Amino acid sequence: MKEETRPCVIPGCFSARRHDDLKEMLDSNKDSLKLEAMKRIVAMIARGKNASDLFPAVVKNVACKNIEVKKLVYVYLVRYAEEQQDLALLSISTFQRGLKDPNQLIRASALRVLSSIRVTIIVPIMMLAIKEAASDMSPYVRKTAAHAIPKLYSLDPEQKDQLIEVIEKLLADKTTLVAGSVVMAFEEVCPERIDLIHKNYRKLCNLLIDVEEWGQVVIINMLTRYARTQFLNPNINVSRVQNWVYSLFRAVSLPIEQSHDAALIYTAIRKILICEVQYVVLQNVATMTIKRRGMFEPYLKSFYIRSTDPTQIKILKLEVLTNLANETNISTILREFQTYIKSMDKDFVAATIQAIGRCATNIGEVRDTCLNGLVQLLSNRDELVVAESVVVIKKLLQMQPEKHSDIIKHMAKLTDNIQVPMARASILWLIGEYCEHVPKIAPDVLRKMAKSFTNEEDIVKLQIINLAAKLYLTNSKQTKLLTQYVLNLAKYDQNYDIRDRARFIRQLIVPTEKSGALSKYAKKLFLALKPAPVLESPFKDRDHFQLGSLSHLLNAKAGGYQELPDWPEAAPDPSVRNVEVKESVRAVGTVTYRDTGSSEEEVRKPERKSKQSKSDSESESESESESESSESESEDSEDSEAELKKKKKVVSGGGGSFSTIAPSSALKSYELLHRITGEGLSVEYCFSRQPFIPDANMVAVQVHFTNNSTSDTKSLHMEDVKLQSGMRVKEFPEIELLPAGETATAVMGIDFCDSTQTANFQLKFFVSIQPPVGELMRPFFMTENEFKKEQGEEENCEKLTLDVKCRNEHAIVQKVTTAANLSRVPCGSDKECRFAGRTVTSSSLVLVTVATKDQGAAQLTVNCEKMVIGTMLVKDILLALTQ
Amino acid sequence: MIHSLFLINASGDIFLEKHWKSVVSRSVCDYFFEAQERASEPENVPPVIPTPHHYLISVLRHRIYFVAVIQSEVPPLFVIEFLHRVVDTFQDYFGVCTEAAIKDNVVVVYELLEEMLDNGFPLATESNILKELIKPPTILRTMVNTITGSTNVGEQLPTGQLSVVPWRRTGVKYTNNEAYFDVVEEIDVIIDKSGSTITAEIQGVIDACVKLTGMPDLTLSFMNPRLLDDVSFHPCVRFKRWEAERILSFIPPDGNFRLLSYHVSSQNLVAIPVYVKHNITFREGSSQGRFDLTLGPKQTMGKVVESVLVSSQLPRGVLNANLNPSQGTYTFDPVTKLLSWDVGKINPQKLPSLKGTMSLQAGASKPDENPTFNIQFKIQQMAISGLKVNRLDMYGEKYKPFKGIKYMTKAGKFQVRT
Repeated sequence: MKEETRPCVIPGCFSARRHDDLKEMLDSNKDSLKLEAMKRIVAMIARGKNASDLFPAVVKNVACKNIEVKKLVYVYLVRYAEEQQDLALLSISTFQRGLKDPNQLIRASALRVLSSIRVTIIVPIMMLAIKEAASDMSPYVRKTAAHAIPKLYSLDPEQKDQLIEVIEKLLADKTTLVAGSVVMAFEEVCPERIDLIHKNYRKLCNLLIDVEEWGQVVIINMLTRYARTQFLNPNINVSRVQNWVYSLFRAVSLPIEQSHDAALIYTAIRKILICEVQYVVLQNVATMTIKRRGMFEPYLKSFYIRSTDPTQIKILKLEVLTNLANETNISTILREFQTYIKSMDKDFVAATIQAIGRCATNIGEVRDTCLNGLVQLLSNRDELVVAESVVVIKKLLQMQPEKHSDIIKHMAKLTDNIQVPMARASILWLIGEYCEHVPKIAPDVLRKMAKSFTNEEDIVKLQIINLAAKLYLTNSKQTKLLTQYVLNLAKYDQNYDIRDRARFIRQLIVPTEKSGALSKYAKKLFLALKPAPVLESPFKDRDHFQLGSLSHLLNAKAGGYQELPDWPEAAPDPSVRNVEVKESVRAVGTVTYRDTGSSEEEVRKPERKSKQSKSDSESESESESESESSESESEDSEDSEAELKKKKKVVSGGGGSFSTIAPSSALKSYELLHRITGEGLSVEYCFSRQPFIPDANMVAVQVHFTNNSTSDTKSLHMEDVKLQSGMRVKEFPEIELLPAGETATAVMGIDFCDSTQTANFQLKFFVSIQPPVGELMRPFFMTENEFKKEQGEEENCEKLTLDVKCRNEHAIVQKVTTAANLSRVPCGSDKECRFAGRTVTSSSLVLVTVATKDQGAAQLTVNCEKMVIGTMLVKDILLALTQ
Repeated sequence: MIHSLFLINASGDIFLEKHWKSVVSRSVCDYFFEAQERASEPENVPPVIPTPHHYLISVLRHRIYFVAVIQSEVPPLFVIEFLHRVVDTFQDYFGVCTEAAIKDNVVVVYELLEEMLDNGFPLATESNILKELIKPPTILRTMVNTITGSTNVGEQLPTGQLSVVPWRRTGVKYTNNEAYFDVVEEIDVIIDKSGSTITAEIQGVIDACVKLTGMPDLTLSFMNPRLLDDVSFHPCVRFKRWEAERILSFIPPDGNFRLLSYHVSSQNLVAIPVYVKHNITFREGSSQGRFDLTLGPKQTMGKVVESVLVSSQLPRGVLNANLNPSQGTYTFDPVTKLLSWDVGKINPQKLPSLKGTMSLQAGASKPDENPTFNIQFKIQQMAISGLKVNRLDMYGEKYKPFKGIKYMTKAGKFQVRT
């Protein structure tokens, strides 16, 4: 501080002279002198000293060849341009030249500095520069352009429309380097233009894993908001398509949570090693534990308090422990609390006592235990502990006073010793409120208090008046004079609140001729039954702020906070996210940098090929099987959606280049019509396991036609559909012409009503489709805890001996997911594989557990509220695993 | 996002300021000083402080407060994480992150901050990219620069910035190719009065020092990867491969980095390598207290427990302690009531003990609270969780690297309640 003011104290000679020699150095021809001068100037800026008078001398060097001098001049310019606008304009032409430099680093830094000069006159120049840079060849320059957008916007908000155009252009950029920055610009300039995201939604989801961590945070934030406006609430909705897109979003963000960045880990309790991080994470955990206790209950012990924790951390942990308390763990928690009470940190002890009070109000079973414990604390040597206990006991007693008159008596005695005003006031209130339970002691307490009235704190005085009034109403014989005395003392008190209260109470309780109608009701007013206080967590209503946000932490809306919108009632049109086929394929291609881990294009290509050839050999799909890895799932879905579209086109167009499209993963085909019975037309079908877009309650069936005859087949369509009651069918569009030797594929949807009934129809010949039970469900994404919670009802158990080939986890996962359309649930134990899904029509949960034991012994458990499905599924999976 | 940054030393001087948008007056730090005054301990300063126009988010490291000024909504962890990254970068560049080091290198610091944030949003935070943009100062380079007039600032955009492997620079060359991995586990334990474990967790990290030429592609496999169920990786690790095969496959950054950190929770059984027998009693009415403490090893697989240090905050009523250690030395500070006993190695044949009396204030009643013992120790050549590296392979390069793996177990927050 002293240092900073020095140049101002001696304005004339010293500082001016010193700046003179700097000016001289800047004017010299030697770069080394210039550099030295610039270094000293930057050091001045860093220390917060004023170096603005050097502006003319510095700005001359903006065109200096030495790159370090140049950079330091930039630093200076950005700092002082705002103050010296006219002079700053001199440098603009240099930057304009820099924008055309062949070196991308120089182009980028010219744009960075140009956009950082906060001078309104150059807004048009900046706009132009940004537009140009947005279509630069170098992604680094485009990233800089994205950064410049919010700078320009804050300088001149009127440019918004033009800037949105640039944002739209950059959002379409396919490089990971740009993605984070442009979403940041989007969030700052036009967060309301959610429509700009539609076309880029899937691409952003795919790129997310490769974006640098800072960008990830911003993108995830934005996507969360997007999901809230575009999808139905995944917890209640039944629409399959939306669920799938949403799970894609979740699946992609899951692995990121495992990457190296604390900023993303709200759920992980383990990273709370650094104090500041711990503070923020615990704040969020505290909020979450109120609504989702189950999520954190297994980690209860992670929140145990260590004597070395800073007090603010201790208190937050205490909050979490209190929120987590329930009937089953309360005894453990209370035992833990007992050790906390002995701590040397008194603030923390006080908070612990409060916490015990809260546990006691929330959990009726332990109320008496807590109360007894607290009463014991009343004999503690530390006054603060006693005082805090008194306050908490007061609240607890209010719940059932009649049972505890001995405690009230005990507390009455404390008035002689305890000095903390809040505690004294609490005791007095308690005695006044329940004076009927302690009729002998109460007047005596009032007597003592009357004696010490003048020396008491204000809150205690108010409670003395209160006590006097209540006693006057119930026991006026003994206390009339005392009350008069107290009221007289209060009448001349210094505090006007107390004088007011005394006047008011006197009018109310002492009958005079003038006293109004109210005095009749005085007793009712004072001795009304008061509701017991509810002890609530201070974090209770914080959840209306988004977790992890600054606003949430402060429990106050920070500037620029955007409310998370509620889930929409009806889902907006999902087709807005569809993009051109070509583009989506390319986006898929860029996904896997980090996981294939190689920079070369060659490495990635074979992988894609292998994916296409997957359908040929079932065994190959092992590691990439859909439920196994979230990412491949997303890719596959992308792929197949594109395929689906192609297919439809082809179907309506009637044949063509169709045979090249292979199904996205190994699917079992069933015969619908044999070549011979079909007189040359053979038809196969398979369950594509993709959401059936026109109706989410239907199972998608992919039908594959081959014309083996020598003549063309015309107008292939379904007719004479015979269904069991409740079933529905969405027919595939008519195939007008299937030339000889050609094949065609079409997709139809059937609602099987969660049963394995057959769908019969005519397809030139009479055919029928019967689904295996495993196809009547769709994968459902859930966590281990959710799984455990849902488990337990309607169990079907079977012991089995695994086939030799499927004694490893992969084989099991593969066999089960082939047998039934389920998704894998993460699981901590290596002896168990878990899967979850929902039936397509009624959305009933289907949970499957395969627990392996030694030598191939295993146990299969299926939980499903639909008994029939459960039993059939057990049979099918059993068959798959033992063959 | 981040508007400005102030660096404040332990005596409350602002010794560096940097602004990425308009200049924010340093008087904004007064709110920070106020909060600092209110907090009893340095670590009790709230990390987020609201002021009328700004929000201050601070971290405390190396006795320097890094205070970021924020103007609008931003995830606080984002800022905290970034500030820690700044500190790490300084440490990486200057060896230490002290006030003196920052003041000496103020120009490099400024250049770094300029590259790390643009308009308050992180731009380049990967250490290897920064090192190509701004070369770390060394004595030799400083000398050469003064003579030849060359600079520390790179003229070309680092290739890493544009590549898909941003964490590794190209053209790395070493004469000795070596890769070392340290498996370090810290064990956090709370042991209650009766000696039973209340909670025990292991926080483990694998730190690597990789000096390999070119673009090596490494795979690291474990004997028992199932132990690691809760892991966070360096971005270089291929997550999919880990999911599928439980193998760490990665192109490593050049130099030192943290490959992964993991957590072994109390659900699995955690071995406790040290036990403590204690008998600390105060009698009512007597001005003496008894103190008796013995340490012993258990479940150490024959390894020596070394660098053992026991510390404890004794109750306020204790005036002095007159103790007798069987080995090592102890100190007791009568002002802070801090007892610390430097034990050294634990010899299983002759267990270290500390016995004696504590004198209390005459006439004062016996203290309510019991002291908690914090224990530090080290065990070389052992990871307490039992984690073992199976093999390390290198692909993509022809030469044979020298490989080494080291294990160590340390006490983290190891507390014994009495």
